[in-house]
This record gives sequence, structure tokens and C-alpha cells, in this order.
Amino acid sequence: MRRTRSAVFFTLVALLAALGLLAGLDAARRRSDGEARFASNRPIARWLGVTDLCLFTDARYTRHPSLADRHSPFQDYPLALEHFPSGSLVLPPAHLAQAQHPEAPPNAGRGPR
Amino acid sequence: MSREPQTMGYGGHRHLRVVRYVAGSLRRRWRKNLVVVWVYGLVIFALASVVFLTQALTRESVASLSAAPEIMVQRLSAGRHGLTPVQDAGPLTRIAGVRAALPRLWAYHTDQATGETLLLRVPEGRHLRDHEASAGAEFLRRRGMAPGGSLHLHAHAGEPLVLTISGVAPTATPLESAALVEVSEAAFRALTGMPEGHATDLVLRVRNRRELTTIAAKIGEGQAAARPIIRDELVRTYTSVFNWRSGIIIAALLVPVLAFILFAWDKAAGLSPDEQREIGILKAIGWETSDVVLLKCYEALGVSLAAFLLGGALAVASLALPQPFAVLPALLGWSTLYPPFWPGVAVGAYQVATLFFLVVFPYLVATVIPAWRAATIDPDRVMRT
Repeated sequence: MRRTRSAVFFTLVALLAALGLLAGLDAARRRSDGEARFASNRPIARWLGVTDLCLFTDARYTRHPSLADRHSPFQDYPLALEHFPSGSLVLPPAHLAQAQHPEAPPNAGRGPR
Repeated sequence: MSREPQTMGYGGHRHLRVVRYVAGSLRRRWRKNLVVVWVYGLVIFALASVVFLTQALTRESVASLSAAPEIMVQRLSAGRHGLTPVQDAGPLTRIAGVRAALPRLWAYHTDQATGETLLLRVPEGRHLRDHEASAGAEFLRRRGMAPGGSLHLHAHAGEPLVLTISGVAPTATPLESAALVEVSEAAFRALTGMPEGHATDLVLRVRNRRELTTIAAKIGEGQAAARPIIRDELVRTYTSVFNWRSGIIIAALLVPVLAFILFAWDKAAGLSPDEQREIGILKAIGWETSDVVLLKCYEALGVSLAAFLLGGALAVASLALPQPFAVLPALLGWSTLYPPFWPGVAVGAYQVATLFFLVVFPYLVATVIPAWRAATIDPDRVMRT
């Protein structure tokens, strides 16, 4: 009984390892296919002036993060919280992220006069 | 019931005695139980932080909208928010049910020093002199400013603009307190470059709230470029978006939760020889399988209650600290571009019930079912080993 169980286990492991290997081979094949597709798409992207890989289509700033600004996510009303589903998957690009030490800005006031 | 009266008794007494026994058994194995409560508590802490923070953010957005007008009208230009000519108010007031259409001046401003997004607003019903400004209390605190201090901003054309802080602006939410700067109309137009005769949007005053959707539809028919925004729809959007985001985070946290439930199952399924002997002795002195299952139920409930209180208290304590928490950026999304603000803590019955069904219920199932299987063992065999 015990030997049968271990045989089942090792067969399962071997099967999964084979599937993993096949997945890797498939990925490599798709990648080489993809290279050809990218090469043919590159002139189209240049001609259209496309700025970003469009991963989400719901909000303007997540569709083209490189063209996003610090204000467009909040236009519904004053101090609106950003509310598109893709907003938590595509975070603001690094050049929009705020300064690291906002507690000590150089813009500190001079205090009461 | 063919139970020996002197060992278990009946009804309430039976439960009382089992509870008393559970208290003793938890105390006897306090080291092991402490470890379980600690790990269990940490799992609840992680989930509770997300659930409580979601509730706090929903509350924050609903609170910020509660002061907002019932319906706002923006103008779209090239598919995005454009400036509204003030004369657009005229045709809107002719729609039946609209009492007034008032232009509003508000805009965002990037603080060059910190890169944070601030809100510039011209206050309604309060006059500020040209170079006068008032700001939220948290905004002033973070910059170490007090009324009388000067605020340096960059005007639209790039030249520096110095405003004198004349007071603390009245604010309703933590975000307003952290990001609001109220300025005069002249300063606003200098800072934003908005031309005279234009406003950011129009606010409608309506006679009857029930007519809002009809009015919004009429605005859409009359002016193709106008975009009516109804406050109640925004409230619904915010509630659903924060639930969606917390759902994503909870889905990511399900891996540790499952690992913990697996751990609980494993612990309960592989009863130690001591525990097996204990069950055997209990059965030998007259306990029935149902009593042993009851015992394990109360044990699991006791551990769950302790872990729930520990995890919940840790979550509330961590949210009460004025520090950004790891899950906050994921919940806020792009709202992290605002100055840091702290939505506080919000705990309701709904949140507690959510946590209960996410963790406590699976834990009870994972511990009681193996215990029931263990309780069916033959006492004679166990005591001999």
C-alpha cells in the first residue's frame, strides 16, 4: 500500500515537472514569435506616436502613465479620491511620486511676524 | 440520554462544566495555546487592517462628499475636463427644477518644493484680500507655519507668488486639512492661469432631490459638452471601488490565511499522544463523543476569541498611529499624490462579521472536524498505548 502511494506521488511530481518544462518551452517559442510581432509593430507605434503600452483602458492616467499629471485623477470634485479600478494596479510613475521627506520642505514659513 | 448524571449533568450545567474543563485545559497547555493565539492574531491583524482601513477610507470619501453640492456640471473639451464659461449658467437655470447655477473656482496646484498636489479654492461667502490665504490645520502643521507666516508658491507663468497666511481654513476631513489652501480670486487666477469669465465647474441648486436624474438627463440633452455629476452616484462609486480594492488585497492575503487554516487542521488532526490519552480517559469516565466535540468547540472558540481581540486591537492600534501603513498606498491608488493624510479608524459590525467569516469560521471547522474524528477513537486502545 505504502509503495503504491509513493509511486502515485512520484508520478504526480514527474507529471508536474514535465508540464513545467513544457510551459517553459512554450514561453520560449512565444517569445521568439513575439519578437517578430514587436518588430512589425514598431513602425506602426512610431507612425502613430504611441507613448505607452496600453494595459488598462478605463482611466486616462493609467492608459498612458507616461503622459499622466498630478491632477487628472481628481477632477470630479475638489479633493476627490482617485476611483478607477486600475488605479491601484498602475501606481503613479516615479517622476510624479512626491518628495521623500515632506515633513521638512524648503518652503517652510517664516512664522508670525 | 444514557449519560452518567454525576459526570456530566444536563442542559446548562453540562455546558458550564465543559467550559470549566476547557479553562483548565487551556491553562495546562498555555505555551502551545499562546503560540497559536499569537500566529492566529497576526493573521487577523493583517486582514483587520485592510478591512478597517477600507471602511475608514469609504467614510472619508463619503464625508468629503457630504458637504459637496448635490449636482455639479463640468464642461468636457477634447474628452477631458475643460474650463466652464460663466455664461453657461444661464441656460442651466432655465431647466425646470433648477433654482440657481453658481460658478466655482477650484484647481489643483503642484507644490514645487514637495511635489504634492494641493487644492486651491476660492472660498464661497468669505472674502480674502489679494495676497491673503488660509490653509488647513494639518497643512500648516507639516510646514511649521502659523497665521502671519508666508506661503511661497509658483504662479502659472512661473514667477514666485508670496501669500500671507491669515488663518486656519475650516475643514471637514483629514485630507482637506492636509491639502487645502484657500486663496482670493485674483491670486487663484494668477496661480492657475484661468482667464476671467471662466470657472472650474458650476454647482446647481435644485428644488427637489428626486428630480436630480431628470435634471442631469436634460443637461445632457441641452449641452452635449456638459457633464453632470450627481453626488449620490459618486458616493456609490467610492463605496464600490474601495470594496473592490480591499477585495484584491484580501485575495492576496488569502495565502497566509489558508496556510494558517492548514496549520490549524494539521494541529487538530495530529493530536498529540497526551491529548489522545486525555480524550480516551474522558470517554472512559463517561463522556460521550458529543461532549468531546463540545469541548473542542469551546476550546477553539476560546482561542479564536483571544486571537480576535489581539488581532483587532493590534489593527486598531496600528491604524490609530499617524504613520502611513503598508496597505494604505494600495487602497489609495493615485490619491497618494496628495499630501499624506490619515483617514483614522472605522470599525463596524459589518467589518467584524467579514473578519469572522474569513478567519474564525474556517478555523472552527478546521479544528472541530478532526477533533470529532479523534473523539470516536476507542478509549481502551488509547489508554494502553
